[in-house]
Amino acid sequence: MREKLFETPSQTAGPYVHIGTAPQSIGRPGLVGQPGPVIASDTGPAITVEGIVHDGAGAPVRDAMLEIWQADGAGRVGPHGFFARAVADFDSGLFRFQTVRPGAHAQGHAPHIALLIFARGINIHLHTRIYFPEDRELIASDPDFARLSPEARDTLVATPGEGGNYRFDVHLQGPQETVFFDI
Amino acid sequence: MTGPDFYRRDRSAHPPAYAPGYKSSVLRAPFRPLHSLEQTSLERSGPALGHAPLGPLDHDLIRNAAVDGDALGERIYVFGRVLDENARPVPNALIEVWQANAAGRYAHVKDGYLAPLDPNFSGCGRCVSDAEGRYLFRTIKPGPYPWPNNGSDWRPAHIHLSIFGEAFTQRLVTQLYFEGDPLIPLCPIVNTIPDATVIERLVARLDMRNQEPFDCLAYRFDIVLRGRRQTHFETRPEGA
Repeated sequence: MREKLFETPSQTAGPYVHIGTAPQSIGRPGLVGQPGPVIASDTGPAITVEGIVHDGAGAPVRDAMLEIWQADGAGRVGPHGFFARAVADFDSGLFRFQTVRPGAHAQGHAPHIALLIFARGINIHLHTRIYFPEDRELIASDPDFARLSPEARDTLVATPGEGGNYRFDVHLQGPQETVFFDI
Repeated sequence: MTGPDFYRRDRSAHPPAYAPGYKSSVLRAPFRPLHSLEQTSLERSGPALGHAPLGPLDHDLIRNAAVDGDALGERIYVFGRVLDENARPVPNALIEVWQANAAGRYAHVKDGYLAPLDPNFSGCGRCVSDAEGRYLFRTIKPGPYPWPNNGSDWRPAHIHLSIFGEAFTQRLVTQLYFEGDPLIPLCPIVNTIPDATVIERLVARLDMRNQEPFDCLAYRFDIVLRGRRQTHFETRPEGA
């Protein structure tokens, strides 16, 4: 038998998360190789995903830090996967990623982007997924949606805009509450 | 190849989303239960951020923002190992840290606490674990500070940590506290964790043997990330 340890407990990232994770956003120099909100790749169509994280009163979460992890345009993960990080705008709360449309990384599953949300008042980061409206048929047959109501499913599908721009708002609680995962 | 699944996260070893003693959580906690899914190759792999080179002073918060001298405060090392739940070292883990200065003030546009800024301190650092999972950074011990929650609550001295292991599913953001700080049991954010034995896992221990004599105290803090499920072959004792 091998000793088993407990995972270190989470604590909120707090409102000053920018100091350590996105110093440019508070006017400090960035660190070498530190991830930002832009992924440049020719493996798939260029897209943007922007949105606002809303609290239970509908107010924008202006101190949110968000991270994405996704397959490349050909559906490859591991060393081919893409990671990016964005922070909400201090005034509007808007976050914005530039990336490529991911390919499907698992058979029978619709392509998606994994999204983590960190903020003051969020004691352990929230994990959701961004799916794409063009994949309605794949989503309908994806077993990951089997136990979700149509309304819950819709919280995970981005809204299309012009020219590869998508909108993805997150609702932390309430009637439009986004589906969050335990994976 | 992205390896076996990771153990499911034991949510009883973490704070719940809704912890009304910490008022900011009240409007930011989902009402619905989390939706459990099987892991895929996406969650079992992750960005290789800990394999990329860092700046030479990224791990040294006493010097990495210095203008005309060292940062002010109690000089400390924070060190330890990054392990997984199977007690195996996690090499190439990226640890990002941020903290207040010795007076309890953050170098951040949104921090309006009256304590002074230190022009030689930004409170931002990074380090990577080595092949045995060991990590080290040097900094000054942050000061406690007041914040509005139940009137003026006080945060114990703490350092924020953001950790990337080998897989996205291991992602973790937390805070470490310092052994013996009387503010720890009074803090509404600490107390989002209802179990005192779980809180103990966030307390760095004074380690006199690893001080830098006449220079720097040392605090040990081990970090445990989620581990992969074991096959029977892997759990067999050596020689069996």
